Amino acid sequence: MPVVKVKRPELAAGEKVYLGAIVKGFFITMKHAFDSLRGKTRGADTLKSSGLGATMQFPEQRWDDQMPEYYRGAPTLVTDEQGRERCVSCQLCEFICPPKAIRIEPGEIPNDDAWAKVEKRPKEFDIDMTRCIYCGMCEEVCPEQAIFLRKDYLITGGSRAEMVHDKKKLYEIGGVRVGLVNKWNELK
Amino acid sequence: MSDSASTTEARLPKDLAAEKGMVNVQINGVWCQVPKGTRMIEACRMFGVDVPHYCYHPKLSSPGNCRMCLVQMGMPPRPAPGQEPSYNDEGYLDIGWMPRPVIACANTVTENMGIRTTGDLVDKVRQGVMEFLLINHPLDCPICDQAGECRLQEHSVGYGRGVSRFIDMKVKKPKNVDIGPRIRLDDERCIMCSRCIRFMAEVADDPVLGFTQRGTYTTLTVHPGRKLDSNYSLNTADICPVGALTSNDFRFEMRVWFLKETKTIDVNCGTGANIIVWTRGNRVYRITPRQNDEVNSCWMPDSHRLNFHYIDGPERLTEPMVKLDGVHQPATWDQSIRLVREALTNYPAQQIAIIASSRMTNEELHMVRKLAEGHGIDQISTVPRIGESDGKLISADRNPNTTGTRLVWKREDPAFRLSAILDGVRSGEIKALLVFGEDLTAEAGFTQEDLSKPEFMASVQLLAGPTAEASHVVLPGAAFAEKRGSMVNVTGRLQRLNRAVEPPEEARDDWEILRDLAGSVGPYLIEDVFKDMAGSVSEFADLSLSKIGDLGVVVTETGVTIPLLENERARKASGEIVG
Repeated sequence: MPVVKVKRPELAAGEKVYLGAIVKGFFITMKHAFDSLRGKTRGADTLKSSGLGATMQFPEQRWDDQMPEYYRGAPTLVTDEQGRERCVSCQLCEFICPPKAIRIEPGEIPNDDAWAKVEKRPKEFDIDMTRCIYCGMCEEVCPEQAIFLRKDYLITGGSRAEMVHDKKKLYEIGGVRVGLVNKWNELK
Repeated sequence: MSDSASTTEARLPKDLAAEKGMVNVQINGVWCQVPKGTRMIEACRMFGVDVPHYCYHPKLSSPGNCRMCLVQMGMPPRPAPGQEPSYNDEGYLDIGWMPRPVIACANTVTENMGIRTTGDLVDKVRQGVMEFLLINHPLDCPICDQAGECRLQEHSVGYGRGVSRFIDMKVKKPKNVDIGPRIRLDDERCIMCSRCIRFMAEVADDPVLGFTQRGTYTTLTVHPGRKLDSNYSLNTADICPVGALTSNDFRFEMRVWFLKETKTIDVNCGTGANIIVWTRGNRVYRITPRQNDEVNSCWMPDSHRLNFHYIDGPERLTEPMVKLDGVHQPATWDQSIRLVREALTNYPAQQIAIIASSRMTNEELHMVRKLAEGHGIDQISTVPRIGESDGKLISADRNPNTTGTRLVWKREDPAFRLSAILDGVRSGEIKALLVFGEDLTAEAGFTQEDLSKPEFMASVQLLAGPTAEASHVVLPGAAFAEKRGSMVNVTGRLQRLNRAVEPPEEARDDWEILRDLAGSVGPYLIEDVFKDMAGSVSEFADLSLSKIGDLGVVVTETGVTIPLLENERARKASGEIVG
């Protein structure tokens, strides 16, 4: 590869004294400051500004309704319109989970249960949210359409134990999903 | 001229093979020599060619009913009358391929036969068989315990067409049927391979299973009024290629792909069945038999298979304890070991007795012997455990290592001093008692009162019980799945135990406890213990734990045979099974 010698640009006297540039910058800053006070910041609308400048005042204001359909938030378990917990604890999500955040203890559905024919459901289902990387592989691998990544992103806790979502919490966040494949229907 | 012609003819491959009792078979284009009378499927297996199958099992008769092992077969065309066979350059006859496939499991090889396990015909028939098998198979995989080790899953991926063309309703059959205390049946998953039926009839000698109905309605059932309650029933779950028969004990416990397999041996009787321990983390989930044609074939009794839950049960001892004012207090290993060593030096040797166990490994027994010799203790014994053989795999000797104890202690009856020790304890002559791995109130015949007699009693125990309760020092040892070592089974075969899980909490490997009790600094490796032992036991000379291998080595002749193997050999000799 040929060597290209780049010549440094010749600076004029005014350019060599950088005070001029500083003053120029100062005026630009002041222009934006006044613009923001007058509510005329560029892009304030698209960025859902809270009023002053382009900044959204989190957590008073939220980005939630702007989030795309494919946003990957906290993984959760869902029930369907028949009120059946869809997870059958096949443990494929536990297997695929790259950071090993999921732990499932399978259990048997007792014979007197309305869904006894499904035979299996999780006794315990824990997702460690300090480990979860929101990759969505659990949702992708689930053969029962039972685990979905919701838009919840504010996962906080005062201790490590609080950051572990147990089965109850997962169903609480997950809620009901309608229109999923009903594999365990009356024909089954 | 005629001489040289006859030599050329004599050197044809068919003659060379015939001299050795072999035949030449072309498998996927490669000529191989296999013994005469070999099944085609076995011939393929010998040369690393896998033929998918469901119903075929080398230890069972071959009904050939699953049709999965269909392969293309070819033979040289029969010469016309008066026509001489024309050998090609390699000395073989050209193969004429048959237009229809044959099953590889029930046909035997012949000279100059050709087998193709690939190609359009074979691919197509396999796809067809898979499609038929899947007509009524439910989509249960997410809840099925067999998932992950299911032949139907594997072959469906390997040879199936991927999508179903059937739009009709699937045939309904009984699901979740309780057919026995340890086995669950799901008829919809059954592919009618009949392996379980044949196993119960031919090996377990308790023919309770059978098919009813016909065609797609064929249903596996248990004989009316009977249960699948044989002590060998869980083997049917092992050989079931699908999830039709599953174990109640392992039901929904863990998916198999999480489990780590450790090859070791069973310690519930003198047979020492070869097993695989399936673990995840530090928990044992199940035990399955491992094939060893000299010990347990492919099977094991249910009673032995399920006897592992005590390993992490509530009775398990996990920390050393010392009795203070009649109450056990947790102690450190240093403290507990020191107390026992003080007792060993303070009491005169004739007032000390050691009761070891033939459930211990050779290495541990060797160290017990050295400990006794070191202190001049003469009163050492094991506890005999004699039951009744079941005529199959369970040996009358319920101790797994009686033969090993004989070899290591160099005594014909290592338990003969037991009654003397019991008398000594009762009369008060024996003031200090060391117990290794035995609960004396069980087979040893001690009463609770006897246990309270010795002034000092220390025991290495797995589980809480009367002996641990009575001991002044309780040292928690390791269970069979937690240690390495070797044992000699009733037939004189030296076999190896491998560590599948770590001892829980403070519990320690028994040989380490014994080393510390002897007060020696080393050894640090069980291999060194074996080396030391091999120096004094001639049968183990030139051996090491790694040289024992997975299948063990015969070190002594005992004249004892395993009835199930005798039966299997007879059936093999009669040509009923491949073996």
